Amino acid sequence: MTDVLAVTDHRRGELRDVSYEIITAGRQLADETGGDLHLAVVSGTVDDFAEKVNREGVDAIHTVDYGEEFNHDVYTQAITQLYDDLAPQYVLAPNSVNGLDYAPAVATELDLPIVTDTIGLETDGDTLIATREMYGGKVETTNELEGPAVATIRSAEWPQAEGTGDASIETFDATIDEDAIGSTVNGFEEVGGGDVDISEADVLVSVGRGIEEEDNLPLIEELADALGATVSSSRPIVDNGWLPKNRQVGQSGKVVTPDVYIAIGISGAVQHVAGMKGSDTIVAINTDPNAPIMDIADYAIVDDLFDVVPALTEEFQ
Amino acid sequence: MKILVTVKEVATVEDEFEIEGTAIAEQYLGADLNEWDDYAIEEAVQLQEEGVADEVVTVTIGPEECEQTIRQALAKGADRAVRVWDDSLEDVDLLDVGAKTEILSAVVEEEDPDLVLTGVQSGDDSWGATGVSVAENLGYQWGAVVNHLEHDLEDAASVRRELEGGVEELTEIELPAVLTIQTGINEPRYASLRGIRQAQRKELDVKALADLDVDESAIESELELSDMYEPESESDVTTWEGSAEETAGELAELLRDKGVAP
Repeated sequence: MTDVLAVTDHRRGELRDVSYEIITAGRQLADETGGDLHLAVVSGTVDDFAEKVNREGVDAIHTVDYGEEFNHDVYTQAITQLYDDLAPQYVLAPNSVNGLDYAPAVATELDLPIVTDTIGLETDGDTLIATREMYGGKVETTNELEGPAVATIRSAEWPQAEGTGDASIETFDATIDEDAIGSTVNGFEEVGGGDVDISEADVLVSVGRGIEEEDNLPLIEELADALGATVSSSRPIVDNGWLPKNRQVGQSGKVVTPDVYIAIGISGAVQHVAGMKGSDTIVAINTDPNAPIMDIADYAIVDDLFDVVPALTEEFQ
Repeated sequence: MKILVTVKEVATVEDEFEIEGTAIAEQYLGADLNEWDDYAIEEAVQLQEEGVADEVVTVTIGPEECEQTIRQALAKGADRAVRVWDDSLEDVDLLDVGAKTEILSAVVEEEDPDLVLTGVQSGDDSWGATGVSVAENLGYQWGAVVNHLEHDLEDAASVRRELEGGVEELTEIELPAVLTIQTGINEPRYASLRGIRQAQRKELDVKALADLDVDESAIESELELSDMYEPESESDVTTWEGSAEETAGELAELLRDKGVAP
């Protein structure tokens, strides 16, 4: 029997979507051998969270009422103790920024192997077959692991669990050693802001690494002007300081859902795609026909942006 | 204060490539300094320039060929480098998080730094887990995905962790600690010609596993890479063909049809 312990994710009083996705991933793994799915809800308003994640397929929910917000030491201690108590075959955590701040520590503490950022999981009870990407999404790999393991799941790869469940909800009395807590969260800050809200735009002309130099940005701005569109970008453009943070589309930037998203010189790293795949129509302009952006684009021009963009601008001038 | 920076030479892949077994055929691969580690090096060198750090040491797991990449880090200002390699690592398909943790932990123990900086992830296999795993293994504190570090370090590091959706977490982390560094935390410098010349004379120490008291069995990967393939495209993308004028014309027509362009 393959029992699974899956950890939910929340921030500032709200459960994050991956909390419902991890139920689906965990249920599927547990189903493959008829095991149980346990959920861990650590910190925050645990009773309220437990009610919300009590969806179809969950067998038991364990709440650890300690502290308001995420603290990786509390999570590590609570989850390792839950593991010792429940002895599941697999621990699943989200591959979120916080998941990556405790899951490796849990694996190390329990002396278990870890496989991160998985997009597919299968088991026969002994062997875990995990699918993940390498080289920025250019290839997929399968990885086999024997015995118990920790796995983190990429967000939005599994559908969110629905329906109402009848899981048992139990308080887990984790013993939190306060002396072992070596970091303190002092607050949160929203970044970006500013004059333009790219999440409100109908048409986004979005620019990535392919633009090569800051001096080439006016090409993109001219196109946006001619179209009456808004300029956004992928992460490297903001990292380079060429555009302000409020223009960044992606996991660590803004989630956008325009009518048309024109991705210019953007390869389509998963973190970027997470922020724009909800766009109605996606157009990619890129020299690489195998770039990951092509997997989600509706229309593509495989050509040099320095030829195509001026030609497109001319169409509207 | 002493800072240890993990530096990885990552494999880069050409646009067009072929897969042989569970690896990309050699002729399509290049090598580069891991992008995230470049920011970690810069952060350490800045701390040294501000007089906070006395010494910046880099550590790399890799064969002799990656010394060029290590020299890049030295040229940017690191003081000396450690490279770990061994015949037993030669045939390993995939060095998993557990194996890297064993090797890097041994180096951290030997060097005894106050701060360890690693990139958030590597551009090739992107585990994103090794830094935190090393910290837990050694009883260091840690912070993952750090995009700002206050430079008045004493007993604690004041950092910002970059969460999803444009939110940053303000966190205080006791030292010694491992921080995984996110891109954008600073602007990595180019190595100057003078730096490149100096780098040739800096110490680059090569260590085998036995030198670090790491048992060969400890680095056996618990993960087996069983298959590698190109992902199937999920979309039925319409690719416009022709000259730039023709394809731009097709796109212009689409934008007009959708009523989003004049």
